Amino acid sequence: MNKIALQVENISFSYSGKLALDSVSFEVKNGDCAFLLGPNGAGKSTLFSLITRLYDYRQGKISICGFDVKKQTTKALAKLGVVFQQPTLDLDLSVMQNLRYHTALHGISRKKARKRIQEELERFNMYERRFEKIRQLNGGHRRRVEIARALLHKPSLLLLDEPTVGLDVPSRKSIVEHVHQLVAERDLAVLWASHLIDEIYSSDNLVILHQGKIKANGSIEKVLNLTQTTAIHEAFQRLTQSGAIA
Amino acid sequence: MKVVHYWRAMWGIIGRELLRYVKQRERFIAALVRPLVWLFVFAAGFRSALGIAIAPPYDTYILYEVYITPGLIGMIQLFNGMQSSLSMVYDREMGSMRILLVSPLPRWFLLMSKLLAGVAVSILQVAVFLGIAWFYDIRAPWQGYLWVIPALILSGLMLGALGLLLSSFIKQLENFAGVMNFVIFPMFFMSTALYPLWKLKESSELLYTLAKYNPFSQAVELIRFALYQQFNQEALIFTLVSFLIFISLAILGYNPSKGMMKRKGKM
Repeated sequence: MNKIALQVENISFSYSGKLALDSVSFEVKNGDCAFLLGPNGAGKSTLFSLITRLYDYRQGKISICGFDVKKQTTKALAKLGVVFQQPTLDLDLSVMQNLRYHTALHGISRKKARKRIQEELERFNMYERRFEKIRQLNGGHRRRVEIARALLHKPSLLLLDEPTVGLDVPSRKSIVEHVHQLVAERDLAVLWASHLIDEIYSSDNLVILHQGKIKANGSIEKVLNLTQTTAIHEAFQRLTQSGAIA
Repeated sequence: MKVVHYWRAMWGIIGRELLRYVKQRERFIAALVRPLVWLFVFAAGFRSALGIAIAPPYDTYILYEVYITPGLIGMIQLFNGMQSSLSMVYDREMGSMRILLVSPLPRWFLLMSKLLAGVAVSILQVAVFLGIAWFYDIRAPWQGYLWVIPALILSGLMLGALGLLLSSFIKQLENFAGVMNFVIFPMFFMSTALYPLWKLKESSELLYTLAKYNPFSQAVELIRFALYQQFNQEALIFTLVSFLIFISLAILGYNPSKGMMKRKGKM
């Protein structure tokens, strides 16, 4: 049985009195790719900020590979790789310099860092471009560098917050394929926030969030059975309409 | 957590900041032009208007340019501290601050490393400034250039911590203009950077008191005395205590469960 990489238990969070997340619970196991679907304002980014401890929560518990994010923060964060929705690369520095910075933050030696950077960049066919400034790369290539960076310290859990937004179809396809390959090869757990249903593979799991509540959670088959629909977009629509199945 | 991890991360943060600084040539030049204009234009103009009596650490009459030099070093560090905080607000808006904050190290350590990185940049700026001043015949005893290094580290830390504290309050980049008007200018003008305390006392008792207890004045005096191989205990204690207060509040400000981040739901 696969280990649990991410466990979210009964998390509630509010901004200035307004409830953004209401008793949210779900889990992602190693070797699973879970898509977090929800309309704008559903609470996806808030949930990501709580998992990464950028925000603090008072109610509930989040664990990464068994480490409590609140109490064992550094151990939990060491197991986590993140690609944020906003670009987070330094535009004036080269690909290599950006990646070296990340390996330093994770305490990886220069020798090991060089090897891992080469491995990750080669996987994306980006190694030849390692000395180019980020500013010279297009959006798709920048995203590839960000994903490569998130994997440098060999995390068990990868969080992707809408990483393909604004990219052209070939770039999106390449990133989607690559991440699914990683899940299969490395036994990685992925939580992927997205609006784009065509990015989901049949083997993926779904976590559907609406107005701060989990509306459905589990395999595609389970969600389709619950909603008595035949396609994900129909299930999503049904669950995110007012008065939807709770 | 291994010590070597902390060590690598700290040098990674300092290295990145120095690299960014060197790559941004405009920033490098702007940081030098400001104090040099004050030195070559302002100080030259005021040389005849302001007579500086003999007062420690000087043991003879000095030119106004000599008096103003430690103040301009302080100015470099003050602007650099604020610039670092500006870059933190920018990093936060642009998202790159998140990469720092989600790395597996305690937040206080990450902020301290960021602060040290800013100090390293400011010392580089000061070294170039003192080099140019040396060619302009403003020279301290050579040992003074060594004495001043620890003073610059402490004053840089104190001013950087103030910047860090301000950055935890500022939500948006646009608000930074307010920092210029309400922090940098009052701190600089109400200090001993441009005129000695006794001169201020002659004109206003209130201004004298404000300047005396201004942490920036104390940092400038620490630098001034160190440059002439003298130790100013009062300035050292004052600067150190100010640093400890500012850094504690800044760490509190960046703590997700206690500080401003919680209040704002920001980051």
